[in-house]
Parts: sequence; structure tokens; C-alpha cells
Amino acid sequence: MSGLRVIKPGPLSLLQDAGRHGWQHLGVSPAGPMDLLAAAWANRLLGNPRQCAVLEIAQGGVELEAEEALWLAFTGADMPLLVDGEPRLNWSRLHLAAGQRLQIGYARSGQRGYLALVDGIRADAVLGSVACQLREGLGGLEGDGARLAVGDRLAGGSGGFPRGASVPWPWQPDYQAEQVLRVMIGGDAATFAEAQTRAFFEQPWLLSSQSDRMGARLQGDAMVAPQRQWSQGVVSGAIQVPPDGQPIILMADRQTMGGYPVLGWVHPLDLGRLAQCPANRLLRFVAMGLEEAQDELREFYRFFGR
Amino acid sequence: MIRLEPAGAEALLLVLADEPDAGLPVRIAMLADTLRQQLGHLLLDLVPGWTGLLLHYDLSRTDHQRLALLIEPLLEDWLAQPVAAQAGRLHEIPIWYCGEDLAWVAESCGLALADLVAIHSGAEYRVGAIGFSPGFAYLGGLDSRLALPRRASPRVRVPAGSLAIAERQTAIYPQASPGGWHLLGLCPWSLFDARREPPCPLALGDRVRFFAIDEERYRAEGGEA
Repeated sequence: MSGLRVIKPGPLSLLQDAGRHGWQHLGVSPAGPMDLLAAAWANRLLGNPRQCAVLEIAQGGVELEAEEALWLAFTGADMPLLVDGEPRLNWSRLHLAAGQRLQIGYARSGQRGYLALVDGIRADAVLGSVACQLREGLGGLEGDGARLAVGDRLAGGSGGFPRGASVPWPWQPDYQAEQVLRVMIGGDAATFAEAQTRAFFEQPWLLSSQSDRMGARLQGDAMVAPQRQWSQGVVSGAIQVPPDGQPIILMADRQTMGGYPVLGWVHPLDLGRLAQCPANRLLRFVAMGLEEAQDELREFYRFFGR
Repeated sequence: MIRLEPAGAEALLLVLADEPDAGLPVRIAMLADTLRQQLGHLLLDLVPGWTGLLLHYDLSRTDHQRLALLIEPLLEDWLAQPVAAQAGRLHEIPIWYCGEDLAWVAESCGLALADLVAIHSGAEYRVGAIGFSPGFAYLGGLDSRLALPRRASPRVRVPAGSLAIAERQTAIYPQASPGGWHLLGLCPWSLFDARREPPCPLALGDRVRFFAIDEERYRAEGGEA
């Protein structure tokens, strides 16, 4: 076992694994990483199964010290990485010698970085998962839903590699590009006036600064939403339109049930690009077929593991 | 009319009724049990709602069409089953009626405080759905004399254990959270604990009665605040 001592925890660094499944009937949020693809690559670089726990670092501002020599991987937002002051490449795995310090600076593009250790970061699971859910007080290093703090210890396995490795650059997403998110139309879409659905796809939307791990809030010309009375189960990526006409896209820490009408669902892998957008970024949406989305997701599960 | 609809790329929504009725939660819970037993290896989560059931499935093992084919015969069996007069377990839950909105609710409903408490604690409620937050059980059957719309603007923070009402429902907030319901009191018991088995004592179709306690008893039962 090898570990990293937390010198600076950053504003919001959370332990996340593939999420808490099997408890939604009791109202327990799935949680999990906001950017599935970046988190999956962090594990992949170390040969870990996709479900292994990683540290999701929002904004950056983290400093860690290796207690023993170890390997780690970092992906996601473009945060400057320094090992004892020497710059290192993002989307790579790298080696730290005992006593070396890894500094993770503030993001130049993207919002969330993912740090993985060999065999995953260790913590006791709560309801089958270590995914940290602040609102519900579940998961994390102590099981109580607390964010990373000074003095915490991130423990992983001690396996080694002959050399470093990086994700090939064509596979590294460009978080600075204007984001066009793909949407499967459905849910209550048929009860929206046709002009309203069209308006959703035709206008650019601003990502509101009110967005968080629970929901991405959009700002634009208000839509007119139909009424729906009875709460039903909801899924991540659901585009809910509340009475004020400003859509909310449900993210990893979403509630389990919702009563607002749903226009459709953002592709699960596109939610990662959404999660990497800063506030006030312009977003556009384009319709896609359900089967096409499923084919792509199956490919993702084949490559990274279910 | 029952409908099977996609809910994104990895879930299927069974719409079982247009309107909820008193017996539906228990029937939906029975259907969820059957599906969990028969198709559990394909399903990640089953979320019963007021009028339907959401199935989160494992896309690497199945898809909408294949799942629909497996579900249809089970649905036929379910429809053919007689509506069992399920008693449901009865939970008697202590409440210290001290909520911030108690006086306002009494006034809005034209009731004396004592009558409000008597009406609320005199009824038997049914767990119709569990969601919103861990262990938050929507209890149906609130007396029409107490029916009020939700607050125009929700409170940013409702204390854990708060007993609340809205429309024709009542519920207890197991954790501190935002909330738009009217607060009548506090329950000293924890209604969700991940370390307990089961984590949530209430299940769909269970019956709930409330009884009034004073502050001293509330604290003796473990209540805080």
C-alpha cells in the first residue's frame, strides 16, 4: 500500500467511483464522476477497472506529498501539474518518489481533473460505493460525505510500470471549443408545443453560475413548459423545464425522482463535456437518435468496462 | 393504458396509470419485486413513482427492445393478479408539533392549533413513493382541511426530522435539505441511516400514524435542535 498526504485539498475535491447503484428506490442519489470519460481514462492509464475510486478535483489548487514511491494518473481539465516544481504532462501516468510533491494548479481550461492511484483510492464503501455525496452525507474517505481535507491520506496500490504513458492526443477532448451537446428527444417532449421544442434547439443557451454537481442550469429565452403532476424516476442528463422556462440538466448528484416535464436527455458521454464548461459558456444542442447513443455507450463500456 | 417508454439511453419507464390511486403504490411495489427477481441481473435500479416504475438497466447486457419483450408477459401476470387488500406494516411515529409554520397553517386553514394537531395525528397515511432525498417518504391521505399549495419560494434549509405538509401529502425530511413544504413539527427518530439494515424503515404501501409528544419526550427519544 502506498499513499499521498494531502497538503492542500483544493476547494472541492471529492472521491468518486462509478456511483451508488441499487438504492434509488430509497431516494439515494447515484453520484459518481461528473466527467465519465476523463475518469475512465485516469483508471485506464493505470490498468484499473473503470469502477475504481478516483479523486475528482474541481478548479484545482491541490498539493499532495508521496509517503512512498508510487504511480498515479491525471486526466480531465487542463490543470498545470508540477512534481517538485518540474512541469509534467496532463492525461498521463507518472511516478513520484517518496517525499516528492505533486502540485495541481488552477484549471486553464475545463473544470474538473481526475487523479487515479494504482488499484483505486481506498475507502470503505457506504451502500456499495465510495462516491462522495455532500448533500446526502454519504461516501468519501470517512463515509460521511466530506470533501478532501488537509491531512487526509489517499491510499492506493503499489504496482509499478516500466515507463510513463499518455492518452493519445486525438482522444483528449478540447474543453475550450464551443460545446454542441447531443440530445435524445423524449419523455414529455410530445406535450411541449412544437415551436417550444424547436426554440430549445435553435437558440444558444448560457450555462448559469448557479450550476453544480446536482444540475446544470441554462439561461436563455424562457420556454413555455407543459404541466406535469406526478413525480417519476429521473435519469442523469434529463432536461427538465420548470415553470420559469429555464431548463435544468440533471447531473451526477441528481435527485432520484422529479416532477418537472422532461424534454429529452443529453447523451451520457456529452455530460462530461458539459461538466467541464465554466459558467457563462454558450451551449448548443442538437438532436440524436436513441440507438446511435446506445451504440456509442456500448462501445464505451466494451473499452473501459461496465 | 400501460406504456413502455425509453427514458434516455439506459432506462425504461413503465407508465402504469394516468392517476395514482390508494392501492397503486403497493401494486407497483409488487411489480418491482417481481421484476427484481426475474430480471435483476439486467437492472441497476428500480424506482417506483406515483404512477409508474423507472428501470435503470445495464446497457452492456440488454436494451429497450429486449427488455420490453421480457417485461410484457410479467406485466400481463401482474395485471391478472387480484388486487390484494394488503394491510401494509403500521408505523407509529412520535412528533413534537413545534414547526415554524404551525400557527400560519392553522390560521390559513381556519383551525385552532389543537384541532390542526388532532386532524394531522388522527389520520392514517400510506407511503406512496420514496424519493427526492434518501428516505423521504411521500405519505398520501392528508385531510382536505389541511391541503395547502407549496410555498411560493422554497426554504434554503429545512432541519433534519422536519414533519411537513403540502397539497394532500405529508412527509418527514430525513436530512437537512432545501424544501418547499410547510413545517409542522419535528420527529426525533432518524428515518434514514446508511449503516442500518434496512437503511429506511418505511416501505411502499406501509401505513403511518403520528402521535404528539412534548419537547421533553422529543429529547428523550434522541431529538436534537
